[in-house]
Amino acid sequence: MNDDGVLGALALNFLVLSLLAVGGANAVLPEMHRQVVEVAGWMTNEQFAQTFALAQVVPGPNVLVVTLIGWHVAGFAGALVSTLAMCVPTCVLAYVVGGVWYRFRAAKWRRAIQAGLVPLTIGLIAASGFLLAEGAARSIPTALYTAVTVLALLFTRISPLWMLFGGGALGLLRLI
Amino acid sequence: MPPENASVAPQAERPAPSLRELFVGFLSVAVVAFGGVLPIARRAVVERYKWLDSDEFTELVALAQFLPGPNIVNLSIVIGSRFRGVPGAIAAFCGLTLAPAVIVILAGTLFARYSDVPAIADLMAGLAAGAAGLVISMAGRMGEVLWRRPSVQGLGIAAAAFVGIAVLGMPLLWVMLGLAPVSIALAWWAIR
Repeated sequence: MNDDGVLGALALNFLVLSLLAVGGANAVLPEMHRQVVEVAGWMTNEQFAQTFALAQVVPGPNVLVVTLIGWHVAGFAGALVSTLAMCVPTCVLAYVVGGVWYRFRAAKWRRAIQAGLVPLTIGLIAASGFLLAEGAARSIPTALYTAVTVLALLFTRISPLWMLFGGGALGLLRLI
Repeated sequence: MPPENASVAPQAERPAPSLRELFVGFLSVAVVAFGGVLPIARRAVVERYKWLDSDEFTELVALAQFLPGPNIVNLSIVIGSRFRGVPGAIAAFCGLTLAPAVIVILAGTLFARYSDVPAIADLMAGLAAGAAGLVISMAGRMGEVLWRRPSVQGLGIAAAAFVGIAVLGMPLLWVMLGLAPVSIALAWWAIR
């Protein structure tokens, strides 16, 4: 594929993904994974899991995983095109819907849409986490660390950053 | 009617932030937001800058989460546009994303250059294990609603979405088109 073809494919991919991303970028990770790893073959499974991890470790919105994927595939232009495709159409939508949504906040259809999307979002994000864990699990201790992280974050008030750094440190020491 | 007029007007005693203040405000949120921007954005917007009160913030977060696209990006757009229209939305968006995008590309460049160093690969493998746990726990936190007031339809829809994506590997579009209308219809009947 030539450069324009790659950039076009990136733009189309992330544009469609962003419009499906009800519940945020994490809800569409499996689809992103499917497109990037299985359909387009831009990255391996491990590269995808590690790219996602890198985007979590640096400060900023977690949508930056898209910037990194674009950069990996097609350099600076790829990063720019992917980020804009992921953000601009939904930003326009947010701007337009912002006012309308507030006006109809008591309407039954609005409450039904909002309530109906909650369980769907939860299922999608859980699926994302499951597939990421699968990609990250290079050994049994690695998978155990993922499980420990889930429990620690659910039942304590520890900052997620500590669990990320802990994983990095244990990996560096080859303990997981 | 333009959106910024249709939503709650910012209260008179609080001066609306300028474009520069919106840019700097979201920039200051973005560069310290490790592992989740929302709590930090809340502290900045509600407590430090006092652009919005707590209820207004919660209302806008619900909207940002309902809309497709990255939640925190949507939030920057609705807050920026509420105070300064389209330029405000652009200022807030750029403040939120520019610096982190540069940082993430630098980190990615470094990582790519040294990825064949075993220590870096080990470090990233450990990080990836933690990051996966972070996403699962996020689903768990959001899922508290389902456990606290269990409903057959809520649990069923969440389980169906999980199985469709994680087990069957179905395309997201099919899962959304199949489940969203059902879920919204069930919610509609539950409301009356």
